[in-house]
Amino acid sequence: MAHPANQRGAGSRTARVGPADGEVAPLHLVAPLWNAGTRGIRGLSSAAAPEGNQQKGRSLLQFLADRFYDVQALREYLFRKQAWKMHQKNRPFTYIKERYGPYAAGAYFILKLGGAVKFQGKEWIRSDARGHFSLDFLKLQMVPIEAVDASGCAVNYQGLDNLLALKELQVLWLQRCPHVDDWCLSRLHPLANSLQELSLAGCPKISERGLACLHHLQNLRKLDISDLPAVSNPGLTQILVEEMLPDCKVVGADWAQGLKLGQEEQYRDIASPIPA
Amino acid sequence: MLRTALRPRWGRALLARGLGSRRGGSAPDQNGKVSEIKKKIQSVLPGGAWNPLYDTSYLPPEHSDVVIVGGGVIGLSVAYWLKRLEKPRGAIRVLVVERDHTYSRASTVLSVGGIRQQFSVPENIQLSLFSIEFLRNINEYLAVVDDPPLDIQFNPSGYLLLASEKGAALMESNVKVQRQEGAKVCLMSPEQLRNKFPWINTDGVALASYGMEHEGWFDPWCLLQGLRRKVQSMGVLFCHGEVTRFISSSDHMETRSGEEVTLKRIHEVHVKVDRSLEYQPVECAIVINAAGAWSGQIAQLAGIGKGPPGTLQGTKLPVEPRKRYVYVWHCPQGPGLETPFVVDPSGVYFRREGLGNNYLGGCSPTEEEEPDPGNLEVDHDFFQDKVWPSLAQRVPAFETLKARSSWAGYYDYNTFDQNGVVGPHPLVINMYFATGFSGHGLQQAPAVGRAVAEMVLQGHFQTIDLSPFLFSRFYLGEKVQEHNIV
Repeated sequence: MAHPANQRGAGSRTARVGPADGEVAPLHLVAPLWNAGTRGIRGLSSAAAPEGNQQKGRSLLQFLADRFYDVQALREYLFRKQAWKMHQKNRPFTYIKERYGPYAAGAYFILKLGGAVKFQGKEWIRSDARGHFSLDFLKLQMVPIEAVDASGCAVNYQGLDNLLALKELQVLWLQRCPHVDDWCLSRLHPLANSLQELSLAGCPKISERGLACLHHLQNLRKLDISDLPAVSNPGLTQILVEEMLPDCKVVGADWAQGLKLGQEEQYRDIASPIPA
Repeated sequence: MLRTALRPRWGRALLARGLGSRRGGSAPDQNGKVSEIKKKIQSVLPGGAWNPLYDTSYLPPEHSDVVIVGGGVIGLSVAYWLKRLEKPRGAIRVLVVERDHTYSRASTVLSVGGIRQQFSVPENIQLSLFSIEFLRNINEYLAVVDDPPLDIQFNPSGYLLLASEKGAALMESNVKVQRQEGAKVCLMSPEQLRNKFPWINTDGVALASYGMEHEGWFDPWCLLQGLRRKVQSMGVLFCHGEVTRFISSSDHMETRSGEEVTLKRIHEVHVKVDRSLEYQPVECAIVINAAGAWSGQIAQLAGIGKGPPGTLQGTKLPVEPRKRYVYVWHCPQGPGLETPFVVDPSGVYFRREGLGNNYLGGCSPTEEEEPDPGNLEVDHDFFQDKVWPSLAQRVPAFETLKARSSWAGYYDYNTFDQNGVVGPHPLVINMYFATGFSGHGLQQAPAVGRAVAEMVLQGHFQTIDLSPFLFSRFYLGEKVQEHNIV
């Protein structure tokens, strides 16, 4: 294994409470703290062998600490599995795209993630609470999609492939999407001709750097950038985005948000009477 | 193992790790003590990790499979991919030697941080495309358990390269190559340019190429720290020291056509400790030269270039440090949030920095005006005489700018053709190069690291073929000229 072969400075490590071999050095902090803590609490009162429960807990922790690399590999596996699941949700639906057209593929993608789709001239199609939806839209092969509501859906950079094929998309709602970030915003430029309404409210990963690449969307008339926690200066960003998109109505942070102190001073000045 | 661990404590003699010695308050365990004493004896014997006379934990280990000279973004990227692509896991011991642990003169952290695909050489475009994909998924590649995710603060604003009448045809052919490789670049006429960016003065501009996606700038320090953290978790050792000597042995061999060739193999690397005469000889199998601006000196230490000029032995590594200045200024009426990384035909470039109407930029001086690379002092007259006039001409709002600060950094400039050198040296058979990127090393670092790791582990390039970038082109005279150097 890499760590034991590479570990030097065993001189500094043996000073700590722990085994002499370097193999469990990174995690050995856990077990000694446990020991030190309980010894401190029990102190001199019960110098005898510790209670049964602690014994079991300690041996489980010891067991895990001995198998540090296995636990780490297991955690890395779980992390990769989570990433794979996200990847699966955002896979390109090439079969549906070839068979039924890009609009059907986009609609299937959004409905599968739990969003809603509106075809031109039809009503909103939404999946129910269980995630089931009717496949009637597969018959509407040539009808373009004009609105997509992907609020709260796990759309990511890969999944946007399915949305970018919708050339007549006018309304796109990406409120509270946890995986939509600046990279995704940089991908929206193919929709510049048709997109008129875009909502990014509450997306945790979007910052002002991603908002800077919205200037491609010159037909945008309504943009919602409220409640973006990653934006460093919401008031200033609002002003800059309004300057960048002059024909668009930008809803979001109040431009005076960063100027609270100034406002109070102004009120105070008005309140105090001018000496005659 | 689970059952033995949970068995009641009287079976303690069966547990091999001397756990009994760690349980405070339990009865003394003879077997545990014996195994502990055995381990201590083993570590004292030669080859062990314990020196009884004094603490030597600041010295590098005595043996290492791969020694990477240089701990910047290229060196760390090579270390990362070596550990990632090795089979089986933990097979290779890697040591990264960096003489400046504060990175005060490293090109990585002094870089402006731009990444673009608008190159003329297809290999450069492929390197950049993979690197942007790496940066986009940086939290999958460089994830460390229990550490917070990285935020490289990427601005996807794109690069805008402007071309005059002379360069328009070249730009068109470059864009064709870029589109073929998969870059998203669009060509704009002066009319379209004025519509999109009203603050530009399009006098003298015949054509512009604008990168729509995968281009922009990011924080190189974050990438460096992320790589550092990840390679440390993968078991790579770091050493704060300077490489002063290579101990090598030579073999006289004959090629198939009967020519005599002297092949050299590096056996030991002497790593000198900072502010001391003490050095540690590190026995190694492979040395990777990722020393950036100082790679030329490292190559000289290995004896590359010692020979009659015109022969392969006499071919030096043509990488030297070149000083470049970056200036930061404030201009309240300047271009807004949509400003891309603009590169003027005269070589002057600038980009937006933050939200407060601050911009940073600079210019590469011509060959005659090259400043002395001995120190990192900034020449402010250069800004006044060369940079500001061009800026004011291109963006009229910049006539009223106010210079805020500046800094200088090194390019590891390849005087031959301004492209990187990657791969082994033909004569010093175990030295691999990963240097000479002349200002675009940071943006190609993840891909170059993977290419060098593939070369080391498999003997050939697998994903991106960088054979045009091998060392032998200096001897054969085959230039791979990159036209879009900023």
